Formats: sequence, C-alpha cells, structure tokens
Amino acid sequence: MIDFLFFPGLLFSSVCGMLASFIDRKLTARIQWRKGPPLLQPLYDLVKLFGKETIIPAQASKALFLLLPLISVSAVALFAILNGVIVKSSVAPFSGDLFVAIYLMIVPAVCLILAAGISGNPLAIVGASREMKLVLSYELPFILALLVAVIKSHGEIVITGIMSYQAYTAPFLFSLSGALAFLAAIICLVAKLGLVPFDAAEAEQEIIAGVLVEYSGFSLAMFKLSKMMMLFVYPMFLIKLFWHNACGSVIGDVMVFALKYFVVLLIIVLIRNTNPRLRIDQSVKFFWTYVFGISLLAVIFAFIGL
Amino acid sequence: MAKLTMEALTRSIGVFHAACSPCNNCDIEILDVLTPRYDVERFGITLVGSIRHADAMLVTGIPNMKTAEKIKYIYEQMPKPGVVIAVGTCACGGNMFRHSYNFVKPLDEIIPVNMYIPACPPNPEAIIMGVVKLIKALRG
Repeated sequence: MIDFLFFPGLLFSSVCGMLASFIDRKLTARIQWRKGPPLLQPLYDLVKLFGKETIIPAQASKALFLLLPLISVSAVALFAILNGVIVKSSVAPFSGDLFVAIYLMIVPAVCLILAAGISGNPLAIVGASREMKLVLSYELPFILALLVAVIKSHGEIVITGIMSYQAYTAPFLFSLSGALAFLAAIICLVAKLGLVPFDAAEAEQEIIAGVLVEYSGFSLAMFKLSKMMMLFVYPMFLIKLFWHNACGSVIGDVMVFALKYFVVLLIIVLIRNTNPRLRIDQSVKFFWTYVFGISLLAVIFAFIGL
Repeated sequence: MAKLTMEALTRSIGVFHAACSPCNNCDIEILDVLTPRYDVERFGITLVGSIRHADAMLVTGIPNMKTAEKIKYIYEQMPKPGVVIAVGTCACGGNMFRHSYNFVKPLDEIIPVNMYIPACPPNPEAIIMGVVKLIKALRG
C-alpha cells in the first residue's frame, strides 16, 4: 500500500511526471523561441482543477463518469510499482510481469475511450473512435518491439530478468535489432502519450478537446495527472527493457538513468515539435506499414542474432 | 482552500474564446496575444477548446438576437469559479451597433462581466494589461 501511494507509485511518479511535463513544455517554448511557463506550472494547473466545479453531463452515467479518471490514474500508478524504482523492482518479480505491464499500459487509453463514450457528446465520440483506431494501430508494432527484448534475453519474461541479462552482457540498444525495436517503440510511445503527430483524438482545432470535451474539475485533473505520470513511467519502462546497464552505486545508477531519461524525453519532444498532426487514416497507415515493418525487421534480426 | 484555489487559478488560466457575433477584428488581436511573440504561457495562460476546461471567457462582439441566449448558455456551462472578460468596445457596450435593430442589450446585463478591455480593436499589449490587472484584483 505504501508502495502504491508513495514511493514508486502515485506520489513519486506524479512528482516526476510533473517535472517531465514542465521540461516538455519548457523545451517546446524554447523551440518556439519564447520564454515558457514557470517550474510549478503543472502543479498550479492541477491544484486549480481540484478547486473547480465538476460538471456531470445529464446523459452520462454518473458513477462511471467519475470513476474512470481514477481507474486511469491507479492503472498508471500500478504500472509504476510493477516497473519498480529506477534500479530494482519494489514488488517481488513474478513470471510474466512483462505481460501485466503491457496490459496496464492499455488501461488509460481504454478509460479515455469509455469516458468519451459515456459523456454523450458527439465530438467526444468522434475522439473516442479515433483513439480506438490509434490503439489498434500502435499496439501491434509496440508488442513486437517489446518481443525483441524477450528474444534477445533468450525467453526472459520478467522485467528484472531482462534487466539483469543486459547488465551481464550489453544493453540491447547497441545491437541492430535492439536499436530498430527501440526506435519503433519510441514512435509508438508518442502515440500512447497522445502527443502531436498522433493526437488526432484530441485535435483541438477540429473536435475541440476530443475525448475530454465534457470533463471538468477533479475528473479532468485526474486524466491530466495520468497523462503526466505516463510521460515519466513509459519511457522509464523502455529504458529498462532496452538500455539498462548497472554501474554499481545507487547514486551513479540514478544519475545515469536520469540522463538516459532526458535523452528519450528530448527525442519525444523533438518529434512532437517538428511534425504536423496526421489524420487518423494517415496515422493508421503509418503504424501498419512503416512502424510495423521496422519492428518486424527487428524481430527477424533478433532471431538471427544480430 | 478557497484562497489556495484562487492562488492557483490566477497562475493557470484556461482561456475560452467566445465569439459573440464580432467583426473578427478583436479575435485576430486575441490570436496575436497567443502567438510566441507575446507568449502568455509564461503567466500560465493557455487557450482551451472546451468551455468545460475554461477559467475565463474572452467575449468579443455584440450580443444580438441569435447570440445573446447562446452566450448565456455558454456562461452557465463554464465550471465555477470563472471570470468573464469583455474584449473590445462592442462587448463593453455595443459601440456603433447599440442602436441597431438586432442589438438585444449590453453584455454585462446578460452575464456578469469582471473586466472590460475597450478599444476597437484593443492591441495585444492592452489585452495582456487588462488580464494582469484582473489577476491582481482577484489575488486581492
């Protein structure tokens, strides 16, 4: 319970997520040649939403409308526990926790789709249908890319097992198949986080706020919080699967990890700031041809042993 | 708690742009405010698409027979606490359309207005100054 609420779970990952969200917004601002928000901006946004009124649409099912944001946040917090602290896992690793992690990663998207569906707003329903298509398109290449880590560690399906395998040999990122899989996984991650080239589900200029159009106050804050936490824990997961090398001391590990995380975040922010939004059919095509191709190639290379 | 909310609210304002039959001039100036040149994100101000996410309504134009009830409806949909800012002379009092056949009544008789930014159209600096004055008044 303490794990869930504080250290690797809710509190820790939301603080790190807010920091990540700040870095994201600040970098975006600097790329656009402006000053950008202050350090505590994500916190102000959340506290403000906590104090605001929560309006429930007349057509919506009240309990589900209020529950879904909480499910979304707790799924991400659970994912953070499973993923563990930076160097070690906080819960005892069990066989197949990689699959549990993959399932938990889908939960926030499912929550968004359901929330949009029950809110009864036509624009939200358009957003939900787009989000659904996006989930269908990025899930397959993403799982294939993660499969590379499993193949390369000779069938290890425990996250800590994959990590210790890399610690003995070398990080998978420095092999051909690992690099290709990492690339594909990062592109899928941008879509999972709902960032710009693949944000057709929340396209502000066409369908207002898409899936979240009816949400306000505390519930909206919970969805925003889960987005921020995802921005921290999902890249962390990828780094552990593909780019893990232990350097011994805890402080050294944390420093190295923070540096790696910053590099991945920088890549995500640059992708987000240098690309226009794709239409949903273009996104689906992109994922099912190019990204799927890259991850399939990575799997084949991994089998050959490259 | 109310004080904390107000403190956070004035540092993170989601602005909803409610065009109430304007001539588009004020709207262009509002869009200018949101460009990187003026960078209102440093005050935590962001443009939101949905009225449910808004903390402030920027109203432009005159309330006429079609838009008067709509603007009232939109105001009621905004989660409270929220403020209304009238941008441009039209929204402040009707400007040259005040004797027009389809002018209903001034905006502040339909919904409560917290801040008036007159001019036709107000330039971006004037809009930012108005918002900053409103933030100062809200903080007390």
